[in-house]
Amino acid sequence: MNAYHRPESLKDALALIADNPLTLAAGCTDLFPATEFQELPGAVLDLTGIAGLRGITTGTDGWRIGATTTWSDVIAADLPAAFDMLKQAAAEVGSVQIQNAGTIAGNLCNASPAADGVPPLLALDAEVELSSINGQRRVPLDAFLTGVRRTALQSGEIVSAILVPGKAGHGRSGFAKLGARKYLVISIAMVAVRLIEEHGNVSEIALSVGACGAVATRLTDLESRLTGQSVAGLAEKIDKKYLAETLTPISDLRGDAAYRITAATELLRRTVTDLADQCGGLSA
Amino acid sequence: MKDLPSSQMRVNGQTVNVSAVAGRRLSDVLRDELGLKGTKVGCDAGDCGACTVLLNGAPVCSCLTPVAQAIDAEIATVEGLSGDALGNLQRAFLRHGAAQCGICTPGMLIAATALLEQTLTPSRHEVETALGGVLCRCTGYHKIVEAILDVGGETTAVNPSAGKAVGTRVERLDGLSKLDGSEVFGADYVPVDTLLVRAIRSPHFAAKFTIGNVASWLAMLPGQVRVFTAADIPGDNRFSVITAFIDQPALADGHVRMMGEAVALIAGNPSLIEAIDLADFPITWQPETELLDTNAALDGDATQLHTDRVGNILIAGKVKTGAPEKAIQTAVHTAKMSMETGYVEHAYIEPEAGVAWMEGDVLVIQACTQAPVMDRDDTARVLGLSQDKLRIIPSAAGGGFGSKLDLSVQPLIGLVALKTGRPARMVYTRRESMATTTKRHPAKMTAQIGADAEGRVTGMVFDGDFNTGAYSSWGPTVAVRVPVHASGPYKTPNYDASARAVHTNGPVSGAFRGFGVPQAAILQETLYDDLANMAGIDRLKFRQINALENGDFTVCGQQLFGVGIRECLDGLQVAWNTALLDAQDFNAENTTLKRGVGIASCWYGCGNTSLPNPSTIRVGFTAKGHLRLHQGATDIGQGANTVIAQICADALGLPVSDFELIGPDTFLTPDCGKTSASRQTYVTGTAALLAGAELRRKILSLGNMGPDAIITLKDGVLHISDGQALRDIVLADMTPDDRGYALSAQESYDPPTEPLDENGQGRPYAVYGYGAQIAEVEVDTALGTVKTRRVTAAQDLGRTINPLLAEGQIEGGIAQGLGLALMEEFVPGRTENLHDYLIPTVGDMPQVDSILIEIADSEGPFGAKGLGEHVLIPTAPAILNAIHHATGARITQLPALPHRVLAAIKKGATND
Repeated sequence: MNAYHRPESLKDALALIADNPLTLAAGCTDLFPATEFQELPGAVLDLTGIAGLRGITTGTDGWRIGATTTWSDVIAADLPAAFDMLKQAAAEVGSVQIQNAGTIAGNLCNASPAADGVPPLLALDAEVELSSINGQRRVPLDAFLTGVRRTALQSGEIVSAILVPGKAGHGRSGFAKLGARKYLVISIAMVAVRLIEEHGNVSEIALSVGACGAVATRLTDLESRLTGQSVAGLAEKIDKKYLAETLTPISDLRGDAAYRITAATELLRRTVTDLADQCGGLSA
Repeated sequence: MKDLPSSQMRVNGQTVNVSAVAGRRLSDVLRDELGLKGTKVGCDAGDCGACTVLLNGAPVCSCLTPVAQAIDAEIATVEGLSGDALGNLQRAFLRHGAAQCGICTPGMLIAATALLEQTLTPSRHEVETALGGVLCRCTGYHKIVEAILDVGGETTAVNPSAGKAVGTRVERLDGLSKLDGSEVFGADYVPVDTLLVRAIRSPHFAAKFTIGNVASWLAMLPGQVRVFTAADIPGDNRFSVITAFIDQPALADGHVRMMGEAVALIAGNPSLIEAIDLADFPITWQPETELLDTNAALDGDATQLHTDRVGNILIAGKVKTGAPEKAIQTAVHTAKMSMETGYVEHAYIEPEAGVAWMEGDVLVIQACTQAPVMDRDDTARVLGLSQDKLRIIPSAAGGGFGSKLDLSVQPLIGLVALKTGRPARMVYTRRESMATTTKRHPAKMTAQIGADAEGRVTGMVFDGDFNTGAYSSWGPTVAVRVPVHASGPYKTPNYDASARAVHTNGPVSGAFRGFGVPQAAILQETLYDDLANMAGIDRLKFRQINALENGDFTVCGQQLFGVGIRECLDGLQVAWNTALLDAQDFNAENTTLKRGVGIASCWYGCGNTSLPNPSTIRVGFTAKGHLRLHQGATDIGQGANTVIAQICADALGLPVSDFELIGPDTFLTPDCGKTSASRQTYVTGTAALLAGAELRRKILSLGNMGPDAIITLKDGVLHISDGQALRDIVLADMTPDDRGYALSAQESYDPPTEPLDENGQGRPYAVYGYGAQIAEVEVDTALGTVKTRRVTAAQDLGRTINPLLAEGQIEGGIAQGLGLALMEEFVPGRTENLHDYLIPTVGDMPQVDSILIEIADSEGPFGAKGLGEHVLIPTAPAILNAIHHATGARITQLPALPHRVLAAIKKGATND
């Protein structure tokens, strides 16, 4: 029989994982599908008993999203418009059942190229807080995700929170996911956009694309290109050549690589147009 | 509970202690430890939602919840929804026909309960979002959504009086157990001391294998495990649904022809067996080059899978009449196209499961199935038993759609029970179910059709290779049915159609709702659109011009009567006109989104093709006054239990509510054949009609009353009245027969068919059903995505026995047709789960408007025809024709995934 730990404090959890190789578990929406057995294999450290790891709090330097905050928690949270894309992504994660169990840190640690949470968190300049008995470190999300099913999480570490800096909490945002059916679907491509407009021009824009490469990616070159431009007609300036230069999608059952670039470009344009329309609506 | 401070949780308001280990799936603890079998397991991966329970009020997949997270929590399962009577939500489900097979029903009910806790008047969108995580393969979701929206509605059930059952919306007679969680599916009955059985399966498409040192492997295991191989099989180690083609070993003997083929079984106490890593089993594989494509398999140099099947051709079917080549050469308009479809998986939510045990020297097998008597005969042969030593008791089937006609667990658990004397059970994993059971045949088809200047079809040629996989299954049926039906329900005076079932090392292709006809219809109906467009004739009009009429001859030379296709097409005229105008208006205003309208028809012969397929029904009164209907047709959700009873009730002249249903059970019910080929309402229904009428004749004869007398049953007495005289028959006064019946009747019916000659000429079916559907789609021309907005279905049922159930068949068939058209593609070894293999969710369904047409067939009971398969056939071609209408894109490889649609749009634009 395998050991199963469900401590009530992070301190206890860190002490356990410092000494033992343990499978970190939270919502188990990825762990259970990976086995056909009726119980989780290996020794398990279940983090869902730690009350302090769940929930979203606001501080002077930004937002702290606890590691075991579920997608349903995200949807229900009171957050500014910059987080709309995260909420929209949350509502697209699997189904209500998955949203009620699946956690934000679990989504990151599972490191699927099609993880719904990653594009919006990238566009929020999120950092990952890693805790161990030796203390804490922060890693930018794009450095945390190192490849397909690979992260920078080291032995003895637990993701304790996702941190969004205060300055990233500005602007409007949107998320779009393309799949071959409505619910319970893995993305063919998805995008997240956060836009800050000033006097009709882009003062800051964050663009990220998921399911078009080993990890979701910010399109920083394109962002620079669009910054300072007029919000009106912004979408037309998003050419798929910029995506093709940065992204490395695969061809699989869900779509071929060229299609993914085309689709991601179209999704970006539409999301940008929606946000630009909202800006226009406000200024009008 | 070990590892945790507490071991208590509250389930449906009761505090319970659990002893399972903390990391165990909650679904397993609920079912196995607490005996709450109402929570169903369909995938163990969160993909189907059948196992949904409420955890502190929130719906979660219990298969993804470690029981540790349920400790000290409140859990609600389907068993908690009703007390002495069904709750309002369950009543609404019954009233609306929202449960067909019932396997998703607990998950649906629980997901809906969570929503109704928030609001009693949800919007349709809120309902869809709440149900988005629960898959249903039977209903097409509409009746489920409607039930939830009507949770507070009228609660009086339809209860027709004597002689008035046919044509009414009688609720399912077997519905209660599907709603309160008490229905027993294949995985739900576990006798004490049951052994768990698991199969060692091939990881290769083709390989030789040698089993190694089993004794030393067993010695390393921490308990007693038995291993069974081909050498242990006492009978003829070959099975198939068609006896002439038996070829599939229950356990392979040294050589496998497909991935997932079983080579050995392990059996023992469940906790021990489930923990074994099957990869450790001592076996050496020598992989061989596999043939996966029919072109490769047909190559002259290809390895032959079965020595007696030259060129890897299992069987070829042909229908020829007239001079089609000449007709096409001289036609004013000709259209030609090639098309490919892929493997399609049945994706019922219940993986195969069952249990076997010994009763004296009789082996009893209770498993999910569509064909109990075929299971008996096939399994008895493999196990070397006489048929009277094997009893098949079908469990409820959580969906079938054709695949549960074939054996799965039966010979395996039967072998273990027979050899050990202990009950033995097997529950396929989702992967095992998808990897090892039958599929819809992938097809490579080419056809050409010619028409004259007035739009009359003059000739058609069709040629198709159907990938039948490693073993025969229903390949012969597909190869024969396709040429018979590939003309569609249209006058085709010159015709030559050939179809081959070709062996490959792919999964076995078998029966799937339509036996190859849906694939052929996609090509034929696409060509009809092209011809109509060439001739400048409205596409509906083109079909009306060519529709078969009473007295016309089919491509098999069969003269038809009771033909309803014209009425189906005419019934769509208003919807067609409106849809075309709507699309035109919309397209004038929009550039990226484009709407289109498509139409397609179907016809389908009910019952076996030119082969006997009798059904026998027994009905009688016991001495105590029970009216029992021995109904051997398996109800896999389609509604045979209700429909057959309705027919029998009206023939007898007593209300449906007087009936008790017996069976199916090969020891209790006469043979009603298989639930396939859309035959049960027609064939078993006719047997029920005859049996009911014969029982009525006996009663009236005993009472010396005329044919119009009214019979009532009360307290063991039959009262007969003709308005003047009144006579009573006291059943207790009569001498019961050997079966305990004071009065009974048993009647059989076999459709009158005739063999097909070498040109496919003959009378393959006695009854055909017809239908036509309009699909309205919206295509996103920048993304290639397709939203099916509405399907209008006109289906000729001859006589509608039960409109509620008929609508359910139509809506469910359309859902499967939509999946075939837009998203379903099974790739062996890669999509053996329900997140890579996509079936429609509630959010993918169009509005469905059903138009029930009744053109009576003199052969069917009360004029009724089959419906189950017909409904799926027109949907995919109607959708594909609508995509073409919207965008000019011709899809020639299914499914029409977004990247394929976008590529076809670009190609269409280039061609223009």
